[in-house]
Amino acid sequence: MLTYLPSRRSSITRWEVQVYEIIEKQVFSDVTKMVVVRAPEVAHKAKAGEFVIVRVDERGERIPLTIADFDREQGTVTLIFQEVGKSTMQMGMLEVGDGFANLVGPLGHATEVENLGTVACVGGGVGIAPIYPIARALKEAGNYVISIIGARTQSLLFWEDKMRAVSDELVACTDDGSYGRHGLVTAPLKEVLEARSGEIQRVWAIGPAIMMKFVARTTEPYGVKTIVSLNTIMIDGTGMCGGCRVQLKAGAQFVCVDGPEFDGHLVDWDLLLARQSFYRVEEQEAVERWQQLVRLENVA
Amino acid sequence: MAEFTIKERRQIPRHAMPTQDPLERRTNFGEVALGYSESEALEEANRCLACRRPTCVTGCPVGVDIPDFIVALREGDLDRSVRILKGKNSLPAICGRVCPQETQCEVQCVLAKKGEPVAIGRLERYVADWDLQRGAETPQVAPTTGNKVAIIGAGPAGLTCAADLARLGHKVTVFEALHNPGGVLVYGIPEFRLPKDKVYAEVGCLECMGVEVVTDVVIGKLFTIDELLTERGYDAVFIGSGAGLPTFMRIPGINYNGVLSANEFLTRVNLMKGYQFPEYDTPVKIGRRVAVVGAGNVAMDSARCALRLGWRRAKLEGGQPPDVHIVYRRSAAEVPARAEEVHHAREEGVIFDFLTNPVEIYGDDKGNVRGMRCIRMELGDPDASGRRSPIPIENSEFDMEVDQVIMALGTSPNPLVFRNAAGLERTRHGTVRVADAETGLTTKAHVWAGGDVVTGAATVISAMGAGKAAAADIDRYLKGEKAEAE
Repeated sequence: MLTYLPSRRSSITRWEVQVYEIIEKQVFSDVTKMVVVRAPEVAHKAKAGEFVIVRVDERGERIPLTIADFDREQGTVTLIFQEVGKSTMQMGMLEVGDGFANLVGPLGHATEVENLGTVACVGGGVGIAPIYPIARALKEAGNYVISIIGARTQSLLFWEDKMRAVSDELVACTDDGSYGRHGLVTAPLKEVLEARSGEIQRVWAIGPAIMMKFVARTTEPYGVKTIVSLNTIMIDGTGMCGGCRVQLKAGAQFVCVDGPEFDGHLVDWDLLLARQSFYRVEEQEAVERWQQLVRLENVA
Repeated sequence: MAEFTIKERRQIPRHAMPTQDPLERRTNFGEVALGYSESEALEEANRCLACRRPTCVTGCPVGVDIPDFIVALREGDLDRSVRILKGKNSLPAICGRVCPQETQCEVQCVLAKKGEPVAIGRLERYVADWDLQRGAETPQVAPTTGNKVAIIGAGPAGLTCAADLARLGHKVTVFEALHNPGGVLVYGIPEFRLPKDKVYAEVGCLECMGVEVVTDVVIGKLFTIDELLTERGYDAVFIGSGAGLPTFMRIPGINYNGVLSANEFLTRVNLMKGYQFPEYDTPVKIGRRVAVVGAGNVAMDSARCALRLGWRRAKLEGGQPPDVHIVYRRSAAEVPARAEEVHHAREEGVIFDFLTNPVEIYGDDKGNVRGMRCIRMELGDPDASGRRSPIPIENSEFDMEVDQVIMALGTSPNPLVFRNAAGLERTRHGTVRVADAETGLTTKAHVWAGGDVVTGAATVISAMGAGKAAAADIDRYLKGEKAEAE
């Protein structure tokens, strides 16, 4: 773990060094990592669909991550993330015994779980992680659960076994055909909607915004309510900053306190995609700077 | 020490506060007001007439014994001065910087009748900084009572309430949702007005008194108020969660990239230290032409942060310094910000567009802000607030070219705290309804509230006053002198 940076000279407050310890880590791929973090009180309250905000150290951003799993007995929450920027890259370097400076949650509204009959759960990429506890809760509530999971390529696909265990049917697919069905998650979803016309009561979809947009577009003609879980730019996670606002048909809402789950047919996806890329230049700058520091660290 | 006559004291001119040069300070986040030197502080202290019935004290929401601490200061007994000051005010380094003394203690000063009042705030800051410099003395704490009090929110109201209760021997835990304590003092007020190390140092003083400060806890989510009072075993709860929810105008285009709440902007800059990106991870963007909508203290803070970041960018990367506008629908006379803040903002180059109100924000095809349509206003009859109400002038619309719009239109309380708090009533403004305005007792037994969560967005010191009043009442209740209010 990189515990310091060459220019590190900051004043750290006592509250920024409370360590939420990582007690287990799994590397799913070069970029997809899972950590099990000790946070007993959060684990005690956590429900499917909620999220936490973590900060890797006293200089870190506040990063929202949907809770992928929790264990009340053990007092842990499981987080899965993909390394897409400086902060997630740094998180990926944390090992068992290291910890997060801060972890706050559970935040947002839990998934409304009820027995609807037949439902579909679609997880794309790192979105497989948060769809899992939802599928499990839906299964436990008595639903017939059809799950569709997909990723760009085989190495980015994970938890197929866990998903299978909580699903009545499961389809895995990859964009490049390296595993399972060749193609996007929307193709098998459309087939399911066709084959079981009128039977599917609700669809949950979590993944990249662009995937959720097209899932919502796929289900719309069939009139099947589609719940998406949005992961927007966010700071406090309690309704304070408004940076996470999303435009719905009825007006703007905050992902952190009104969501993170919304009816995908009401979301203004193009605005959402534009808002997500607002800090792209700064994110790139941070990544380059970080990679350079890591290289220096390795040389030294 | 030479004794002055009253006449001589009256003849000493008020000492100006040394400040960083406006052209210099607009490129950095260093403190604007530099603080009195020892000789300046002593001379200013000599101006105080030490009135037998001091009117200044009546203007102080927490009742600091103002002449006493000033006399101790000029007698060279700083130790005593600190004890007097901290006897009533646990956060003097903060108050000395951000209290609006000109409308509270200083306006009541007898010297203000004929000339300029004693610079009470500056002297408070001087004494408090001296105390922090030496490592801060821990105030005396009464023997432990065994009572447990939970405080929600580590802002001005909560910290003050915590300090007073701890002093009385109660066991206090402060729960804070963010990762550092301080509330608006750390996420809202910028470094150049209130250095964060002063806040953390004063919170550290509370910890020395036995107060436990726990961050990363959102009450309403991780624990509820009902849980605090039952399974967690607290005897009383004080809600000081402030007014954290931003207000956005209901006009088209509000969700374009580049339109943000002052809360978001200031949190990025201050709490997350975005002004030090990329050394700190949270980025903050500054437009070339920035419009800050609103004219309260938060608007001034936003404009001055934007100006500094823009000037620094110009210095580092070349190019034009930014245009930063305050866009306000009323006139200069109605500006709610402190006069000093407005003065500082003007000195630094913030442009004020009065009697101007946005009606629409335009974006480009990438979803970024490119302009704002405004309408000219005129003032009509006074409205409910007593201020003359702004009325749009027909056909006076015009376009402002801007690429960033910061909305500083006031805030309202966060509803999260009301979750699972049976009996805790809310007003239609979203604030906590208090059963007793004097003490902050709410409609729920064992629960008090104070500060912005009760009043809506107001000042740091009024929140501290409310925290103090509630602490006194909680203490009476805990000691059994007061029947349980149900």
